[in-house]
Amino acid sequence: MDASSSSSSCSSSSKGMMDYGNEPHVLAVDDNIIDRKLVEKLLKNSSCKVTTAENGLRALEYLGLGDDQKNNLETMGSKVNLIITDYCMPGMTGYDLLKKVKESNAMKEVPVVIMSSENIPTRINKCLEEGAQMFMLKPLKQSDVKKLRCQLMKRS
Amino acid sequence: MDGVAQLKKRLADYTTSLYDEGYLDDQFVQLQQLQDESNPEFVVEVVSLFFQDSQRLLSELAKALEQQSVDFRKVDAYVHQLKGSSSSIGAQRVQRACISFRNYCDDQNIEGCLKCLQQLKNEYSLMKNKLETLFKLEQQLLEAGG
Repeated sequence: MDASSSSSSCSSSSKGMMDYGNEPHVLAVDDNIIDRKLVEKLLKNSSCKVTTAENGLRALEYLGLGDDQKNNLETMGSKVNLIITDYCMPGMTGYDLLKKVKESNAMKEVPVVIMSSENIPTRINKCLEEGAQMFMLKPLKQSDVKKLRCQLMKRS
Repeated sequence: MDGVAQLKKRLADYTTSLYDEGYLDDQFVQLQQLQDESNPEFVVEVVSLFFQDSQRLLSELAKALEQQSVDFRKVDAYVHQLKGSSSSIGAQRVQRACISFRNYCDDQNIEGCLKCLQQLKNEYSLMKNKLETLFKLEQQLLEAGG
């Protein structure tokens, strides 16, 4: 399975596979304002609708998983098609956020991608074991996001 | 007024020097490639955010290092932030200054940290000047019809 041809569009049999039309909705979480702006543009350039959050708590609130929110199964199927989060954040780390998402009935099917500026194998493995879809090294490039987009489209 | 060709050359030469002297790395190119008609001011916006955020962080760092009892974890967290944003825009020398800084944080070496802060401030100042000059040259070229 190879999504490395980042120059070509992912035109494989995507008809019918994507129930979000052609614009997946991505929730991007990062405490760094510059990185938030960057990831937002990268995703928008890859035809994604983007919502950003500056920390894990805000992200959970957005997803309807906040502490003071009832874990309401009625709340919109899946608000987002992908969550991409920085690992190193004060308070709730990306890993903590990943765990919370995977523990929730409403959100556990949503793929979560972790980003980090540090290439630490134990960290990477920990995230993958907890169910992260992918681990990406910062700073992100357009080719990284294209690859991610392809992967996302291939998921049934 | 300078001709378009001259301005173009000046811009190209200046840009090359920034890469040659290590001020910028490939990530800056990535940033420029993200700019498009839907957001023609993207690079300037991101860099402006970087300036604002860096100024804030440098000031917090100075404060943190002035404390009676320095909280090195806090200092490290600020430097980590600055390292991240400088890396994200391709500000290579600023990023490298952050890396050195973190080593002194790990050693809990106040003298070392203070020296690093000074160096970081210098690198940041240089970067800011260089980028402002770059944007000015780009603007001049645009205005000349290039």
